[in-house]
Amino acid sequence: MRRFSWVPILVFISLAVWVRPVAAQQPTPSDDEVNAIASQLYCPVCENTPLDVCPTQACHDWRELIRQMLAEGKTTDQIKQYFVDHYGARVLSEPPRTGFNWLVYIVPPLAFLLGVFLLYRAFRTWKLVAAESAGDPLHAVAPSHGSAPAAENEYVSRVEEELRKRN
Amino acid sequence: MTEKTSPPAGLRRTAPVWVQVLIWVGLLAVLIVLAIGLFHAQNPILSVGSKVPNFTLTLFDKYPYQTSTQVRLSDLRGKVVVVNFWASWCVTCADEAPYVESAWQEYGPTGQVVFLGVDYTDVDAKALDYLKMYNITYPNGPDLGTRITPIFNRNIAMPETYVVDQQGVLVHQQIGAFQSLAEIQSVIDPLIRGR
Repeated sequence: MRRFSWVPILVFISLAVWVRPVAAQQPTPSDDEVNAIASQLYCPVCENTPLDVCPTQACHDWRELIRQMLAEGKTTDQIKQYFVDHYGARVLSEPPRTGFNWLVYIVPPLAFLLGVFLLYRAFRTWKLVAAESAGDPLHAVAPSHGSAPAAENEYVSRVEEELRKRN
Repeated sequence: MTEKTSPPAGLRRTAPVWVQVLIWVGLLAVLIVLAIGLFHAQNPILSVGSKVPNFTLTLFDKYPYQTSTQVRLSDLRGKVVVVNFWASWCVTCADEAPYVESAWQEYGPTGQVVFLGVDYTDVDAKALDYLKMYNITYPNGPDLGTRITPIFNRNIAMPETYVVDQQGVLVHQQIGAFQSLAEIQSVIDPLIRGR
């Protein structure tokens, strides 16, 4: 019995040697993890196709590259930077906030605010015209003239005043 | 009858001059950007007879130019430069690869012609496998940041080859694959002195 007392030790050492490389290995990143990054990138070849849904062989290769880089412990930013370095900033789904790219972020909100301002002014003008027309008997009879130009209202008022004076 | 009339208060108001100027300048800027974009879209390719803008190609370690892993077009003035765009995922690139390599084997030793392979949007490992598979030996490198391709053609279709003469002028554009070595020779021979 004593002759076999070294067997458990041997088995333990063997297990330790066998398990160590497995523990050091990164788990293979799942498709979801790969696609989470791929969806932030566009296919460098096919225009306007996100990398996560692009069906070409080239895109498959790039997704595998992302998987490999994730397995190597690279962060999302590092992977995206690799793609920018290799294929240009056009692969990013969101253009980097530098140089002319700022226009993409600035122009739409400014255009929206300008639109709101113009609408506000237009509504205000229409309201004023409507308010002035409300006390105008001519417009009361013919509401279709409610939006007549202001100059016309002035002339009508003046004509009425002259008629009153003559009477 | 002499009294002055004026429009309602709401209609008298107009935007300040600086706002109006800003709006018109903004609209003009947008129109200029659109015009430039349309112009580029209609003229995507560098035309024959144009001076080729300078570029720097970073080469794969195993595919240097002489001993350098970077090559500038301007450094090759005085030589005919054959710029071949390819990718490992491009099937027709593989069809023409043997012809291009044969041409390099023929013209490279003369020192009058330099071949540059530009790997367009590729995975480095796949590209190196491709170069090894087709026994390609001329200088090759990735188009880092896709900066070189748009110089020649913004709507590139693989493969494409551009031949630049000794003065840096584009003399030939090959859209699609070369079909034979003779086809390449017919482009390069007239450019080389004494042939």
